[in-house]
Amino acid sequence: MIIKRRRIIKKDPWRHDAGAQDLPPGPVFVPLKRWRREREGLLSRAREGRLGLSLRPDDDVDEIAGDLRYFTAIALAFAAFADGRGYSQARLLRARHGYTGEIRAVGDIRRDQLSFLERCGVDAAELASGQDIESSLDAYGEITVRLQPAADKEILIFHRRFQRARGAGRPGAGR
Amino acid sequence: MYRYDEFDRRLVRERVTQFRGQVRRYLEGRLDEEEFRQLRLRNGLYVQRHAPMLRVAIPYGLLSSNQLHKLAHIARAYDKGFGHFTTRQNLQYNWPKLEDVPDILQELADVEMHAIQTSGNVVRNITTDHLAGVAADELEDPRPYCELLRQWSTLHPEFNWLPRKFKVAVTGARDDRAAVQLHDIGLRLVRGDRGEIGFKIFVGGGMGRTPVIGKAIRPFLEKRHLLSYVEAILRIYNLHGRRDNLYKARIKILVNALGIDEFRRQVDAEWARMRDDGLELYQAEIDRMKAFFAPPEYEELAENDGRIRLRRDTNPIFNAWRQHNTVAHKVAGYRIVYVSLKAPGVPPGDLTAAQMDAVADLADKYSFGELRTTHEQNLALAHVRQTDLFALWESLKSLRLATPNIGTLSDMICCPGLDYCALANAGTISVARQINARFDDLDELYGLGEIRLKMSGCMNACGHHHVGHIGILGVEKNGEEWYQITLGGSSGNRASLGERLGPAVSRRQVVDAVERILRVYLDRRLDGESFLETYRRIGMPTFREHVYDDHQKKTDNKKGSLAA
Repeated sequence: MIIKRRRIIKKDPWRHDAGAQDLPPGPVFVPLKRWRREREGLLSRAREGRLGLSLRPDDDVDEIAGDLRYFTAIALAFAAFADGRGYSQARLLRARHGYTGEIRAVGDIRRDQLSFLERCGVDAAELASGQDIESSLDAYGEITVRLQPAADKEILIFHRRFQRARGAGRPGAGR
Repeated sequence: MYRYDEFDRRLVRERVTQFRGQVRRYLEGRLDEEEFRQLRLRNGLYVQRHAPMLRVAIPYGLLSSNQLHKLAHIARAYDKGFGHFTTRQNLQYNWPKLEDVPDILQELADVEMHAIQTSGNVVRNITTDHLAGVAADELEDPRPYCELLRQWSTLHPEFNWLPRKFKVAVTGARDDRAAVQLHDIGLRLVRGDRGEIGFKIFVGGGMGRTPVIGKAIRPFLEKRHLLSYVEAILRIYNLHGRRDNLYKARIKILVNALGIDEFRRQVDAEWARMRDDGLELYQAEIDRMKAFFAPPEYEELAENDGRIRLRRDTNPIFNAWRQHNTVAHKVAGYRIVYVSLKAPGVPPGDLTAAQMDAVADLADKYSFGELRTTHEQNLALAHVRQTDLFALWESLKSLRLATPNIGTLSDMICCPGLDYCALANAGTISVARQINARFDDLDELYGLGEIRLKMSGCMNACGHHHVGHIGILGVEKNGEEWYQITLGGSSGNRASLGERLGPAVSRRQVVDAVERILRVYLDRRLDGESFLETYRRIGMPTFREHVYDDHQKKTDNKKGSLAA
């Protein structure tokens, strides 16, 4: 069960590569190392949309930029919820490298991280065990004012105020 | 000052509701200890030695009188009737109840205040020169840029989980009163080659366990790029700062590991790729922000009023106060008045609720309803008519807020220490009290001139001891409190870190040691030379020799050796 675009997906087809020689037949996230080692063998899977990439917090997103088109989804690993590197990785994937597939947060993901993850371009999440997935959805609506742009097409608050003062913006368009 | 609009108001209101929910989930056992710790820190709430501690943000140290009244009300209703002003221009309450904190935050929101990001590994309160907008040596008022940075960094989704806390300071004056080279990012308004004003940027300064003077990363940045450049620095830090060791996680460690040139190369490469992604500030937006900080409507006054001269001649105590606790204002006929929070016997920076209310009233009466907090843990009334000085002094005196000691030894900076703080290794407030008792003669204090004594109760250096002309660091050895003394630190333009005098001294010896240091200064100083200047001229050995040798002989005779 995962959250995707603020909705609960009961049957998530994706699996994580457990390191076995043979990958499961369905969609699977492979680590960067395996992609580099078995690239040729994984291409047909990629063409069928069954290949995802899983990145560790210290993987350099820029180094994999040329290969992003092969991955239907990317999983960012959070070893601890207080490790914020994944937020920057997600923003780079979206803004710099134009990645439009699913970006999923996995690992120590908790309710109170969901909203900022979303703003950085993470559109799916596997919650840590023990988290109540139903009530976690409430986290998205808690803070509706956004003062700065991220991966969410938000505009800088000063631009918004300026537009509004000139009558060009929509008053109250604070989302 | 900046006034909230509907966006700001909604943001703080939503944040209070969010935190109320987090507290409820925690109390119901649905939020684990560590996660709640991280969430409450981002709302200013620590759990300290005796009770929670709530740190309220005072953005760049600017307060209105109605905000100070509210702080007084909170002190009375939810705490023990006082608050503690910090070295980062904020206010701390030391005894709130966890269950009450959401209500306190709601009360703050009612007067356009909050406690967002006053703790945790996030961008903290932006600090600045407490004389911003009124100092004669100012190139430009830094506060509009502080507020632009404050809003941009508030609940920034990418930087809520940095490797470690992140402190930014801005100055617009020739004399740096904001210690910009001791911040993770320091910004100094400077004039560029074509006469336009922009920022010189320092990075990687800081105190704590590994004190470092910040390095210049960029000699000149156009104002319009302020936010994008700072974001580029933060992204490099967020991705590459160390997360394996709490004590090596500040940006200064990354900058030192890479070297400033390589760090600059990485930031510039990042910046080149994102500087046009929606963070550029337009002049109209900067101007709009500047309008919030426009000067109050001053009267046209003569610089010297005969009535003042008369008072000065006839009342020596007023004269001393005027000389030490007020400074020149850039507008004729006005002075800037320091409200000393360093009365003898009172913990530095503490103010009672009754004093807060009274000072807020004085701000209304004499200073356009505006107050500032200083990083030296005093308050300032920035726009006082010269002709009002005597009446203001009388009022402050009756509140015990007119100790004429600004800039002297007894105007010391001091963290809360072992008495309040869970991290501290040694007491500080009691040592401050001892020093004040020893140097209680005002003429003696004035004779010592400008001396910055700064004291921290542990290596985290909240009392900024590294940059004290005399720094005192409390350490714990075998369950006893000892004090490490440093000399020659400064947070000014020629920022420097204090050098260790020698082995730590015991609690009962620390005041003696300070006295001996000062005796060396008085014996060796040249005409008009300050303590720092004398120290820089004659160096450490003379001080070391006199403090320890002299002390050694004396204490050997009495109670054994000084050195541990």
